[in-house]
Amino acid sequence: MFINFFYLLKAHGVPVSITEWMMLMDALGRGMALSSLSAFYHLARAVLVKSETFYDRYDLAFAGYFKGVETPLELTEKVLQWLEKALPPRLISLAERKQFENWDLEELKRQLEERLREQQGEHHGGGKWIGTGGTAPFGHSGYHPAGVRIGGESVNKSAVKVAAERNFRTFRTDETIGVRQFELALRRLRQLSSKVEGPKEELDLDETIQETADKGGLLHLAWERSRKNTVKVVLIMDSGGSMVPHMRICSRLFTALHRSSHFKDLRFFYFHNCIYQHIYLNSACRIDSALRTEDFLRTLGPDYKAIFLGDASMAPSELIMPGGSIDWYYNNDEPGITWLRRIASHFSHAVWLNPIPAAYWDRTEGTYTINMIREVFPMFELTVEGLEKAVKKLQVRK
Amino acid sequence: MQGRNAFFCGTEDYIASEELQNSINVAVALGRPLLIKGEPGTGKTMLARSIADGLEKELLIWNIKSTTKAKDGLYIYDTVQRLYDSQFGDHDVSDISHYIKMGKFGDAFLSEKQVVLLIDEIDKADIEFPNDLLWELDIMTFDIPETGETVRAKHRPIVIITSNAEKELPDAFLRRCIFHYIAFPDAAMMARIVRVHHPDLQQKLLEEAMAAFYWIRSIGGLQKKPSTSELLDWVQALVVGGISPEKIAKELPFLGVLIKKDQDFNAVLQRLQHPETPKRSSGPGILRNW
Repeated sequence: MFINFFYLLKAHGVPVSITEWMMLMDALGRGMALSSLSAFYHLARAVLVKSETFYDRYDLAFAGYFKGVETPLELTEKVLQWLEKALPPRLISLAERKQFENWDLEELKRQLEERLREQQGEHHGGGKWIGTGGTAPFGHSGYHPAGVRIGGESVNKSAVKVAAERNFRTFRTDETIGVRQFELALRRLRQLSSKVEGPKEELDLDETIQETADKGGLLHLAWERSRKNTVKVVLIMDSGGSMVPHMRICSRLFTALHRSSHFKDLRFFYFHNCIYQHIYLNSACRIDSALRTEDFLRTLGPDYKAIFLGDASMAPSELIMPGGSIDWYYNNDEPGITWLRRIASHFSHAVWLNPIPAAYWDRTEGTYTINMIREVFPMFELTVEGLEKAVKKLQVRK
Repeated sequence: MQGRNAFFCGTEDYIASEELQNSINVAVALGRPLLIKGEPGTGKTMLARSIADGLEKELLIWNIKSTTKAKDGLYIYDTVQRLYDSQFGDHDVSDISHYIKMGKFGDAFLSEKQVVLLIDEIDKADIEFPNDLLWELDIMTFDIPETGETVRAKHRPIVIITSNAEKELPDAFLRRCIFHYIAFPDAAMMARIVRVHHPDLQQKLLEEAMAAFYWIRSIGGLQKKPSTSELLDWVQALVVGGISPEKIAKELPFLGVLIKKDQDFNAVLQRLQHPETPKRSSGPGILRNW
């Protein structure tokens, strides 16, 4: 029964197992879906989906299976992003309503396609483009009696419609989200110490019994050292101009790292576009607060896990030419890429986080340098999923 | 499912959405643990008490801390006590069972009636913790090797587990659970929830407070949106402070109860002082349908 739904869920990336599927069959056998599609929607979700981050994919699969609602994923994601910064709902008078009375669905669909092709960005208010609070027929919180609502509020009740609403879109882990999620991802970055250092504060049961027995039954408590996290982390951030649009997301990572109290040591350094013979102690990147990169490498042992954060987008000359640094007063004898390779070979664990989504790495202005740097450092996009992958990478030797 | 004696449909002081009720009843009927996640302040812990009350069962709460071990929930063998007792010879230390104390799981298994067992904030414990409970959750028995005893559940307890998602739970554990995510309540539901906690509230005050609350939640880019429990506290503060309903939207008194972060606080005040972005949806709104 519905076995294709099972495979569809898997195809949408929802991790369902046979155990759970059998559990669902059991529940259906007991008549728990009450022969209604919406009861089935909730039942199957409770049994099959174990994290709200998969609710959205479940919704997509459900809508796909039970109605064949087609959602070209990339397109809607993009339009939904335009709609995120919404204007408040607009009120409309009866007189204004007149002008919208003639419409036809085919025409509307055709127009939507056209707009999608033409429109380049966000838009709020107004009467033509896809946006919020306006009177164009596309978007949400706007007014058009024949509008195509994309995201936003709605009062639908049927299961397929609820599924198609995709209320749980914000929980997807491949979205770029808050500090807390980053913290959670970072928690996995740990490595327990051996039992050779630190205070003895755990009761060693075997030893206690042994010693007590040795003393002829006079109780003697023996203690041992508990295991602690020994991970040391260094974050090296680009503070150049091209990073400004990504400031918010970067500051979230920064905060998350700061709050992660489970590291043994945590250090921050900065650079401007690329690293040469100096590395900076603060984001102003001025020479009076600089450290020689050689000294930096000497003081930080190879056991530090290095996280680079930058868009890796610059003029190729900044990376491959001596004297190519973006700062006119700064002269580098060796090309940036040489320095990056040197640093990469120093740390046994290093990753590069890029706030530019991975999907654009081959298409943005910085493609050339991004690809060069990717050859030196394993690069991940700065999303929760990307960070999780990066943390995994940091756990194993390259 | 109708006609079952164990059928949960909310209690007087706890409003559960229909979805949530379904999840609970599915978990009870299938004998599976119910895993509850949700934004902080959506009443996850309250839920277990409500289920226990609704089904008229006793509630056992096992609060998880970062140092909690799975075995602690089953039983504790107090070796140190036994050793000390043996020093003085005034207790009979040959019977180990004197030194075995049941944990919450053990208590739930041995109870004469079916109980509701709440494992609160399971994600606080070590990453491996849930895996150590798989067998007990599945088979509902455990062994005490020290005495050679096997503890078997007399009645399968209804297990409710809450998580704040501080740690990822292992897949093997998740596979055995029924999962429910408590979504943020919509306005109508929220009005009912507030009414349950403040039955004598003026209608006008409720409307104004709710409108302001949802307006604040709708501001883009807040770091931490106010949640249900914060709204309840705020309403309490408004009532105690004797604030007149007209003032609420204009001044947002006691805003600190709702907003806990400086940055958010400033963002809200800024929006409040620049009325060119109309503050509240007075027309086609979320607030007209209760």
